[in-house]
Amino acid sequence: MSRRAPYDGVVAAVPVTIPYQRFSIHGAHWWIGRALHTLLADAGLRPKDLDGLCVSSFSLGPDTAVGLTQHLGLSPRWLDHIPTGGASGPMALRRAARAVQAGDADLVACVAGDTNQPDSFRRMLAGFSRFAADATYPYAAGGPNASFALLTDAYMRAYGATPEDFGRICIAQRHNGAAMPHALLKSPLTMAQYLAARPIADPVMLFDCVMPCAGAEAFLVTRENIARDLGLAGVRVLSTIERHNAFADDPIQLRAGWAVDCPELYAMADKTPDDIDLLQTYDDYPVIVMMQFEDLGFCAKGEAPAFVRAHDLTCAGDFPHNTSGGQLSMGQAGAAGGYLGLVEALRQLTGRAQGIQVPNATTAMVSGFGMINYDRGLCTAAAILAAA
Amino acid sequence: MKRQPTNPLLPPRAPLLPPSARSRTALGLTLAAAAGRFALQVCEDCSATQYPPREACHRCLSARLVWRDTPIGATLLAATRVHISADPYFRAHTPWRIGTVALDCGPSAIAHLHDAVSLGQRVRMALRLDRSGQGVMLALPEHDTPEDKLIREMSCNPDQRRILITDGRTAFGQAMARAFLTAGASQIFVGIADPWKPFPGQSDLPGELVPLDITDTTSVRQLAGSLGGRVDILVNTALHIRPGGITNRPDLITAHAEMEAGFFGPMRLAQAFGPALRARAADGPFGACAWVNILSAHALAADPAFGASSAAHAAGLSLAQSLRAELRPIRVVNALVGPLDDDWHQDIPPPKVAPAALAIAVVRALQDGIEDLAVGDVARDILARWHDNPGQLARELAAS
Repeated sequence: MSRRAPYDGVVAAVPVTIPYQRFSIHGAHWWIGRALHTLLADAGLRPKDLDGLCVSSFSLGPDTAVGLTQHLGLSPRWLDHIPTGGASGPMALRRAARAVQAGDADLVACVAGDTNQPDSFRRMLAGFSRFAADATYPYAAGGPNASFALLTDAYMRAYGATPEDFGRICIAQRHNGAAMPHALLKSPLTMAQYLAARPIADPVMLFDCVMPCAGAEAFLVTRENIARDLGLAGVRVLSTIERHNAFADDPIQLRAGWAVDCPELYAMADKTPDDIDLLQTYDDYPVIVMMQFEDLGFCAKGEAPAFVRAHDLTCAGDFPHNTSGGQLSMGQAGAAGGYLGLVEALRQLTGRAQGIQVPNATTAMVSGFGMINYDRGLCTAAAILAAA
Repeated sequence: MKRQPTNPLLPPRAPLLPPSARSRTALGLTLAAAAGRFALQVCEDCSATQYPPREACHRCLSARLVWRDTPIGATLLAATRVHISADPYFRAHTPWRIGTVALDCGPSAIAHLHDAVSLGQRVRMALRLDRSGQGVMLALPEHDTPEDKLIREMSCNPDQRRILITDGRTAFGQAMARAFLTAGASQIFVGIADPWKPFPGQSDLPGELVPLDITDTTSVRQLAGSLGGRVDILVNTALHIRPGGITNRPDLITAHAEMEAGFFGPMRLAQAFGPALRARAADGPFGACAWVNILSAHALAADPAFGASSAAHAAGLSLAQSLRAELRPIRVVNALVGPLDDDWHQDIPPPKVAPAALAIAVVRALQDGIEDLAVGDVARDILARWHDNPGQLARELAAS
């Protein structure tokens, strides 16, 4: 494989979160509009300054990024729409980075937002994908709870993970999230409460599940010199990966695309797992967090249960993980869930955490996982970022 | 499971359907399930088996995907009991077990799980119609399959159900009553038109005789008024098949009688009994579940020697197709038969269908959750030729 060109001269900046709401009377356009409005205000830019736009949303239909340009009065010369849900953040970053690096655009706004209305989650499940309509939704209509229950069951059998192991992840995240001003779930969680929670789809229990909500996240990708001129604190992009439909012949998902591309992720950044000061994984559900620990090289396959027993995953711990509390605390605002870890990493690396600041963090990894099209998640992505 | 008296104070359970939206391609599963087969798409170029149903081969991208009967063995890899469902039908049935199976023929599938299957076990796969009428995957114990909640829900077992047989005058109506008695039906009502007229077999006919003439709207309505809420399976045995084509009959009298029995009669029954049947379809494991039509296989393509009869049965088949849309979650079973071994087929050579064989086939189809069946060699032959090429079948019959 040819060595990929580095992302020299590119920065990501201006992390934006529009505080989430459990339900919203507004549409996705409103949430995305709010995020772009805040992004421009924080960056000191006007709408006409944006020449690139990258959008992810589940509830924008029938519109796409195209309709948004007219709806929001934007006239970009570079436009992308990424339908990969939980993997959309790192994927938006790597596309936008190449665009600004090559000069196809100078200022790319990356934004993900969704609304949530009573019954909109059920309707999204029913029409999520062709394979879902044909081959999963008619089977108890449990949605991702049921899909991840099957993956969790298989993982527990294969590697001996216990409910307590998953609980450690959820409890540490709830601890991190408690400091976030806009987290939807911030009451402390004990192991006893975690284990006593009501069953959702065995072995998945209530506190393994994220809460669907409305919200938006955004960030800006530009060149270092432009960021400097605008006075924006930027974060450098050291390496990125993405992969879709990896290991298609595995009868059930115990590993995902990161395992294919992980060596390249570290090699391109010239880093090792030990260099990573904080990790933001996609946390819907804890089993997929364990899979990321393994497939991204923090421990061997099957050893994530032992890894979570041996490490403190809180912001003050030896392995700071999902430092904003992740979706388990903040809520899952549709595609914005795929941006949440990246936006949090930008804040941590620029010393502007809204919750607990991880001291001396200079290198972060952000990982995404998306789209249970049928029986497994298809999209994986990750990025290594460094403080400027 | 034992039938309990229903508590009249409880609000009725709405006849909800599980999710029924499917791609057009996925209806191949429904066709196979309706006929009791296990068929998946297989690539004609590289032989890879496909699941979920696809438009192009996941191995070689060929579009030459054909539905073939495939091996039914599989291994259960993971299981869950779903406690929380987004869908109102499943909410009424949780907890509900599903699992991931690795099919011997290649793909993995999400399937409904029988109570008696557990992790790591070998399982036997089946396609069954669910209550929305769509084909779904079931993972069953490898050997025998005791009836559990899932099997009960996905089939129409006459055991402890109440049956209405619309015409007990014919030999096969009577055979039907005996077959349902053997299958454990809790009550059998047998319709008799003009009950004052004696008929052969009357003395050993099981069940309760009720007055019913499906050619008479008043008679049908009166019986529905007294019985409508107590019928779980309705079997229309009122057949009127007479030899004779189109131009060699002098008038419309026989054709009228054939259309009365084949189309207007079933329509009267559907209007009078259908709504109550459907309304009681969610009454638990003993609720209303099936509507059975007996149709000449020549409903598919006319036999000119029975030209008017064929037309009446084509009308009946068309009516049944609409009934499927209107009566769900009620199963609408179409049993296609060849010539019956009765007085109206004296000059037809064998093979002919014996009344008892037809009755047993219908009961077995209900037990097995089958919605499309052909009874007897002639009906199976006609159906096979129709599957091969419907236009050719019609030409063939017209030329013979």
